[in-house]
Amino acid sequence: MTGVTPWRDWLLHLGVIALLFGLQFVLPPYHYSNLSKIMVMASFAIGYNVLLGYSGLLSLGHAMFFAAGLYGAGLTVYHLGFDPLSGFLAGLAAGLCLSIVIGMVALRTSGVSFMIVTLMFAQAGYLLILYFGEFTRGDEGFVLKENLLRVVIGDWGFNLIEPVARFNLALLLFAVCLFGSLVLVRSAVGRVLIAVRENEQRTTMLGYHAFLYKLLALVISGTMSGAAGATYALLFTYVGATFGAIQYSILPLLWVLLGGAGTTLGPLLGTILMFYLVDVSSGETSSYMLLVGAALVILVLWAPKGILGTLREKKVPWLP
Amino acid sequence: MSFGPHLLLALLEGTVTAFVLALTALGLSLVFGVMRVVNVAHGEFFMLGAVLAWAFSNMVPGIPALGFLLALVGSALVVGGVAFAADRLILRRLNYAPEATIVATIGLLYIIQQVVLTVYGPNAHPVVPPINFRVVFPWFGYSGYKLVVIGASAAMLAGTWYMLTRTRIGLVMRATQFDRETAQSFGIPVDRVYSAVFALGAMLAAVAGVLVVPIQQAHYLMGLEPLLLSFIVVILGGLGSLRGTLVAAFVIGISDGVISVFYSPTLAKIIATLFVALVLVFRSEGLFGEKRQ
Amino acid sequence: MDHTKTGSNGVRRARVTRRNIIKGLGAAGALTASGVMPGAMRYVQAQSSAPIKIGFQCHRTGIGASYGRWYQRTTLAAVKVINDAGGIGGRQIELIIEDDGTDPKRGAEVVEKFATEHKVDFVFGTLFSHVVIGSAPTAGQLKMPYFVVSEGHHVASGKLNRYVFQPGITDVRSQVTSMAPWIAGNLGKKVTMIFPDFAFGHDHRNYFSAAIAAQGGSAVGLIPIPPTETSFTRYFAQIPAETEVIYHVMVGPGVLTFVKEMGEHFGSKHPQIFGFIDSLEAVDMASPGLEFLDGTYFWEAYPRYAQKDQSASDKFYRQAVGVNDMGAAVDDPKDVSTYSHMFGCWETLYVIKAAVEQSGYQSAAPKDKAALIEAVEAMTDFPEGNEHPQGAKKFSGQLHQAFGHQSISKVENGRLNVVHRTSIEDGLYEPEADYRTHPL
Repeated sequence: MTGVTPWRDWLLHLGVIALLFGLQFVLPPYHYSNLSKIMVMASFAIGYNVLLGYSGLLSLGHAMFFAAGLYGAGLTVYHLGFDPLSGFLAGLAAGLCLSIVIGMVALRTSGVSFMIVTLMFAQAGYLLILYFGEFTRGDEGFVLKENLLRVVIGDWGFNLIEPVARFNLALLLFAVCLFGSLVLVRSAVGRVLIAVRENEQRTTMLGYHAFLYKLLALVISGTMSGAAGATYALLFTYVGATFGAIQYSILPLLWVLLGGAGTTLGPLLGTILMFYLVDVSSGETSSYMLLVGAALVILVLWAPKGILGTLREKKVPWLP
Repeated sequence: MSFGPHLLLALLEGTVTAFVLALTALGLSLVFGVMRVVNVAHGEFFMLGAVLAWAFSNMVPGIPALGFLLALVGSALVVGGVAFAADRLILRRLNYAPEATIVATIGLLYIIQQVVLTVYGPNAHPVVPPINFRVVFPWFGYSGYKLVVIGASAAMLAGTWYMLTRTRIGLVMRATQFDRETAQSFGIPVDRVYSAVFALGAMLAAVAGVLVVPIQQAHYLMGLEPLLLSFIVVILGGLGSLRGTLVAAFVIGISDGVISVFYSPTLAKIIATLFVALVLVFRSEGLFGEKRQ
Repeated sequence: MDHTKTGSNGVRRARVTRRNIIKGLGAAGALTASGVMPGAMRYVQAQSSAPIKIGFQCHRTGIGASYGRWYQRTTLAAVKVINDAGGIGGRQIELIIEDDGTDPKRGAEVVEKFATEHKVDFVFGTLFSHVVIGSAPTAGQLKMPYFVVSEGHHVASGKLNRYVFQPGITDVRSQVTSMAPWIAGNLGKKVTMIFPDFAFGHDHRNYFSAAIAAQGGSAVGLIPIPPTETSFTRYFAQIPAETEVIYHVMVGPGVLTFVKEMGEHFGSKHPQIFGFIDSLEAVDMASPGLEFLDGTYFWEAYPRYAQKDQSASDKFYRQAVGVNDMGAAVDDPKDVSTYSHMFGCWETLYVIKAAVEQSGYQSAAPKDKAALIEAVEAMTDFPEGNEHPQGAKKFSGQLHQAFGHQSISKVENGRLNVVHRTSIEDGLYEPEADYRTHPL
């Protein structure tokens, strides 16, 4: 990693953002709207990657953080009449608080126990959504009406569900998460995290408080996931329990593994590939989730480092 | 309904749940105990057993009892074979690395579920109970078949228990569980033991699925619930402790039966799930398990 | 509307590709034929020969699968009959089917895919209320006419938007309102309700409780059942002893278990039982364990068993869809249909046909869509016949909702025999909304 010129990282990532920005002028409507959704989901995956890729903790419960953001924003806007920005902040805060609490408890375990504990917490969260059906409308969910999603800044206003607003706000979220993760891994904190991942005992002996670093990673990860959830609620207007179910804990894992855990751009690549694989195959067969299963098995058997991880190993060692 | 009969009904329902759960969870516990593998696809083996039971019993139309017997044997063998193959083709190649195996079994979960969807379709399939009678209490009636399920599960549990504690196969398994390296150096074919244990664990789930299917119908999405309940039971019982698993299955089964008759079933599940997470964090040997050496 | 039939002498073929697209290849032939039609058919002459694309949002997988399968069969049958008779205003229907997994989020994505990728003219066919509620806003945002076949009260409640219609099936509120007087008069006044714990079940709970109270009765017990429940025995213990009538309605893969366990619990000594046929849709009445249902009653929208006074249009409809006199598939008598719901797909397609022809709809341009929506809103009556085999209906353009006759059937020797048929007026209620005031 020595001798890396940071400008190359920045250039690469700025290039990706610029490419995404430019795509909005050429994409046909269907893919335009898909890409908006993908960027939000990729932000979720970046959040997941902060935990898995850089601190080595594999969570099976990230749906709860996404759902915390989703409902934090959705419920406050729907029931309390928050404006969209306040709703977003409420979602962000929900993700932050939940990840602190879960982190304090779950990080007392590691490895397999951590996976199961997070799975169980997420399942409890999912059941809570169903239990409080009076407010959350359970499985059926609820929809934020257009008139709740108007943003007015001075004389100028727009609606979040307008495709242009949707695309660019999703891009904004994605860019913040992407550069956030880049800065994190290039910082001193990020290097300690990687040290914890590689050898926790030795890092502790060197005088670092490993628990605090892991907690920090989980909180950043959970908050990013919450931000993605809040953005999803506000841009795509639907809030439902399906996002709290196990599947939404497994999907970010899959996206990150596919793109490459521990690479900054892997989550985006994994999300795009999986989204289109499922989209194309769902036209051909009802059993499109088979792809998810097959992809997981293939990755774990033959490409545990994912696409960009393998690329970094073989060709482009400077890839962040 | 007054309190007494209400409680009786709750206990009956709880006992049925407990026995089926004990059978399912025993499989999960066995696999974890011997192989240290957390099998997330365990619920799908349960589902596969149930769906295959429907397919097998359809081969003998008209004679439910014979069809059911065929289903019991056939489903167990097929599911055992699938699990055996999964161990050889996937888990062994991963060298049973804990996190990689979990990811792989998640993949396996979707593969099994979606293949069943493709082959047998998305509908709920009813299976005729081999024995159909109604037990009449003064306050309510109860499915006689459910009592059969209790009996059959108890027999299966006793058989498995006997095999594990009193036979050579069981001894080999326990030796492997206790110390893999030493077992290997004593000439125990650890690889084969692993495959056999994984298959056996899956077969227990499949048998539980077959027993349940005349009550519940077979459906490709039915695997999640037994998986989560088995997790709860195995963790409470202490990871890898078979005795703990059985105790926990009865505690969870009966308390779930009772709580959910009187309170919201969703609330009962939330409490159990949170409780389990906390047990795993603060008392990793479980509530009923022995301390690990 | 008869003129479309005369244009049908072109080549008629339908094919189902791997992507489940049916293309009427007869469109060109139909147009040629329509070119020699009298001048009254101004729209037919002016329009393109391109097919009308209809997106069918189908519950092919997930908990709604048994309905989805039959919705699809009915829809394919209706499309074939319409296309064979010349299509819609001379244009063939091209049906594009996407699975929504009975999931509201996927439902919204499917509507979007229909609009932006497949570029369909209309979306139709959704049943489960949570999928409708999840998908309707997307349809509204994309200004996509969205015809649901869901029974739910959500359309008529005014909660959705101007682009959502339910013209093929009566809503739950109307159904239960028309049932209450008969139940109170014939079965009893103290009713315990067992219903699924989500919107569809809540509609039952709210509107039936009110309707039975209006008859001087009361709902003495309300037992909601979580949608993912697989075992029901424990819930029957909660039925209060004073109950005179058990009112049950259940959906999803567990329905047979539900009814069987009710039988095991009660045996032959039970209060009066009145069920919505939803609890037994796609379930064979001859399944073991259902014998106790003999002598109980069911609401049916459309009698599953061909009745003595079967209409000619019911005969025609059964034959076209491939359903025998017992309500099961002709080629597999064990494959029981969802007879009381799926007719809604058939009838909805005919409403779409009428709307396109009356409004002069040509393409997905905003002007044409507005005209189409206003044309549907202007509709008031659907007469009984091959296009509406379930029976005559009144349509409220204000509520975007159809109102029809309901049947009450008694189980006798494992058959459902109609004992009462309500009038349309029995199910009318004070409107709560007016979609016509919403912007287009």
